[in-house]
Amino acid sequence: MSALPEKNDGIRLTEEEKARRARRSKAIGFAVAGLCLLFYVISVFKMGAGVVKRPM
Amino acid sequence: MSDIGADIRQQSLISNADPQDFLALLKPRVMSLVVFTALVGLVMAPGTIHPVIGAIAIFAIAVGGGASGALNMWYDRDIDAVMKRTANRPIPGGRVSAGEALAFGLFLSVFSVMVLGLATNWVAGGLLAFTIFFYVVIYSMLLKRRTAQNIVIGGAAGALPPVVGWAAVTGDVTLAPMVLFAIIFLWTPPHFWALALVKCEDYGRAGVPMLPNVAGEAATRRQILLYTLILVPVAFAPVVLGFGGLAYAVAATLGGAAMILFALQILLAKGTDFTRACWRMFGGSILYLFALFAALLVEWGVAKFGVLTFIRGLWS
Repeated sequence: MSALPEKNDGIRLTEEEKARRARRSKAIGFAVAGLCLLFYVISVFKMGAGVVKRPM
Repeated sequence: MSDIGADIRQQSLISNADPQDFLALLKPRVMSLVVFTALVGLVMAPGTIHPVIGAIAIFAIAVGGGASGALNMWYDRDIDAVMKRTANRPIPGGRVSAGEALAFGLFLSVFSVMVLGLATNWVAGGLLAFTIFFYVVIYSMLLKRRTAQNIVIGGAAGALPPVVGWAAVTGDVTLAPMVLFAIIFLWTPPHFWALALVKCEDYGRAGVPMLPNVAGEAATRRQILLYTLILVPVAFAPVVLGFGGLAYAVAATLGGAAMILFALQILLAKGTDFTRACWRMFGGSILYLFALFAALLVEWGVAKFGVLTFIRGLWS
């Protein structure tokens, strides 16, 4: 039976896996920013001129 | 150092995907047809929609189409793996896990329906939800592996985008968008059966009962001609109903003649000519559908903006 490791380092990603993870993270970042912009644009254009008519 | 990573890699718990693998799940080429036909439905509709809201509606319809593609790839991952044409798709290729594809497809389905519903109206949102449901549940899960009529009935999902585009403007469904629906619906069988005739070994290996595998090559050739002979006159309906003009009539006449010729070539061809005839029908039918919808789009643009402004708009 092999001895247990002294220190469990967990999973080490390969350089390729790290690069892919970074690209996925970037894509998710852009997607989230895009979503914020999309909802903002929908809100503005759905409200139209009403966007400036605020009750005092 | 322990290598517990190896086990976890084997269980696909570490994602191996690149962003473009997720993009590939959306079937971009199918998406382009969805975008184009939905755009024609949207611009043909009577009434007005703010161009920005219109663009968002088209985006939502495209994402909905892509979501159904992702869910289809999730469900069909077993048969995709044994078919040459699809063996390198992201899931059988081992780059995206089935769970990731399912989550991605479900998220985008809900997202696209919500965005379309909130940005335009809930008739359009509901129709988009129905389109996704029809493609994933009715076509992929219930029909594709059970009946040779799979793409005939399933074709309804691919035919719905112009109806969704129309409803995004008007909030209802009338005869005109249903005519566009009928054109794509009747176009689907000759288009896909031409591919199935060439790829029937692939489909046979995967156990998908396409018409050539079930009814035989001769029956499929006849069915292609039959559907083409129904499609070509139906494609003149926009002219009869008054929303297709001269350019559309020319496209429907020349394209229709070419489609009948392609179908006859498939019926009569032998040997290598037969394979060539099938590919000609497969590619030619895409051009035919594109020409019909492009003619409607051009006629709409010319009527709305005048010839020069429309060309300048296309150029810029």
